[in-house]
Amino acid sequence: MMSAAPQTEHKPFVRRMMEMPRPRPMGVSPVALVLRRMFGTPLNVFLTLFGLIVLALMIWPTFKFLFIDAVWDGSSRIDCLPETVKRPVGACWPFIQARIGQFIYGFYPQSERWRVDIVFAGGALLLLPLLIPRFPFKILNAFLFFIAYPAAAFALLVGGWFGLEYVETRAWGGLLITLVISYAGIIASLPLGMLLALGRRSEMPIVRTLSVAFIEFWRGVPLITVLFFATYMLPLFLPPGWNVDALLRVLIGVTLFSAAYLAEVIRGGLQAIPRGQYEGASALGLGYWKTMGLIVLPQALKHVIPGLVNSFIALFKDTSLVLTVSIFDLLGQVRSSFADPNWATPSTLFTGFAFAGIIYFAVSFSMSRYALAMERRLNTDIR
Amino acid sequence: MARSKTERTMPSVATVGGIRTTRNAVAVEIARLNKWYGQFHVLREINLTIERGERIVICGPSGGGKSTLLRCINRLEDWQEGQVVVDGVAITNDLKTIDEIRRDIGMVFQHFNLFPHLTVLQNCTLAPVWVRHMPKKDAEEVAMHYLTRVRIPEQAQKYPAQLSGGQQQRVAIARALCMNPKIMLFDEPTSALDPEMVKEVLDTMVDLAKDGMTMAVVSHEMGFARQMASRMVLMDAGQIVEINEPADFFEHPQHDRTKLFLSQILH
Repeated sequence: MMSAAPQTEHKPFVRRMMEMPRPRPMGVSPVALVLRRMFGTPLNVFLTLFGLIVLALMIWPTFKFLFIDAVWDGSSRIDCLPETVKRPVGACWPFIQARIGQFIYGFYPQSERWRVDIVFAGGALLLLPLLIPRFPFKILNAFLFFIAYPAAAFALLVGGWFGLEYVETRAWGGLLITLVISYAGIIASLPLGMLLALGRRSEMPIVRTLSVAFIEFWRGVPLITVLFFATYMLPLFLPPGWNVDALLRVLIGVTLFSAAYLAEVIRGGLQAIPRGQYEGASALGLGYWKTMGLIVLPQALKHVIPGLVNSFIALFKDTSLVLTVSIFDLLGQVRSSFADPNWATPSTLFTGFAFAGIIYFAVSFSMSRYALAMERRLNTDIR
Repeated sequence: MARSKTERTMPSVATVGGIRTTRNAVAVEIARLNKWYGQFHVLREINLTIERGERIVICGPSGGGKSTLLRCINRLEDWQEGQVVVDGVAITNDLKTIDEIRRDIGMVFQHFNLFPHLTVLQNCTLAPVWVRHMPKKDAEEVAMHYLTRVRIPEQAQKYPAQLSGGQQQRVAIARALCMNPKIMLFDEPTSALDPEMVKEVLDTMVDLAKDGMTMAVVSHEMGFARQMASRMVLMDAGQIVEINEPADFFEHPQHDRTKLFLSQILH
């Protein structure tokens, strides 16, 4: 112990006075910091310039097309022709204006469109307070939005009672159908996905095998196949006299398809829950369903919000595939409107797609941003 | 011995019903218990009786089966041979019986196992509300009572991650007490704590012991054991090597393994 004596003498140290905290020294100003990062080295100068050029090449023409060169007023194709306006023509907004009804309602009878408006307004009225955390009555709100609303909306849209004109689902279209399929697909496939994810991790071999088989089957077939099967083949297998509505068949197909994907996303979250959580719950006497519902799933779902939103956005955009089985969703209506000779101009096509793109982007981006805020709010286990 | 002595300044438990005791004089009876993990014989012919109000401290080298034995008492582990009887009820494979028995046994884990997505208060009220079907208001009252007992009522609205390790473990104890258990199991409750936080958790356990709670504790806190244990158990290689009164256990250990173990930890 004494052998390795230090070479130099160290005096013992005892602190007499504690250090007081001082304000942090001034750093570089934000502007200087940005400039340094953008132009600090030759490579950074090059990358900055390159980025600016790319932006200019992309943003300017888009802006020019959508706003500067756009035609805002008009009543027919004549107003959107370069020959008439005597300058290059960008977006032909009168075309959208003229067709907006078709884009939103599809072939829903003109006189009955107020029903769709009520459904939209009702959905928004129920959804908004549900999304804002501060709003009270969440359980009632959720019940109304997820259980009562779809039933009421379906009854109102179909009609055929109380003097309401019957509108068959084949007449539905446009944004209405896009939202109906996404909404129904999302709210029905999430609980199903949770059950499948739990089933796949079950200790009961039959439950596990069935869940795995279900998930692998639906993940193994393309959505288009599912839609084709649901629309054209299924009726052949059903006993005569059985007639399931075509839209309902599609909804079920989309739901099952999406549930299989969600199940795997959720399973990823379940695997992140440590065993101690199950044991903590078990030791308190909580049974399987309470453990899952109160302890495991809330945490697992929180972990996989990015994956879930990914799937929801994919589902929202995949609804446009129903065009292949002659259901005309928003994109379908936009495309079918191109055939109208009254509006045949060089920019009609681009205008239509730009309009559809803006709507798809707005919805997807909102979902994404909301999910991000949600993630932050639910993050209680930051260390 | 059964009721709290008045030497402490803490509010008396009697306000919310006091410590519950087992109906039978024998709280836990473990008979000829054998357990295997695969081919590995982890618990070998365990016979142990814990009487009402007793505080058993189980110690021994790691891998000796202490935690496994403790976890058999509330059936977090199953076994292949033998019997565990908790307050007159034999534990079977019946899930209902198991859940009923677990309700009456509180457990505190080495790593706390608090629910990170719930506040401290919600952690405490969850089981009373969902398992005992207690009205939320009453459950919160009970929870605040026990949080006060473990001296952290002011943390009720925080999330577990915002607390220190010692505070988290005290929440875990309060959470278990909220179910008004007849027996408390402690699985190395201070092993994951920073040295400065061990005492606050041990103090809480001492309070509980003084109130007459039946306790089974896996721990290497020999100071606590010497002070509070009614009997010491030494386990090694899946078997009980020695069971003795603390005074004899520490001063006159009988088995060579006990002597060796004590010499290793009491340097």
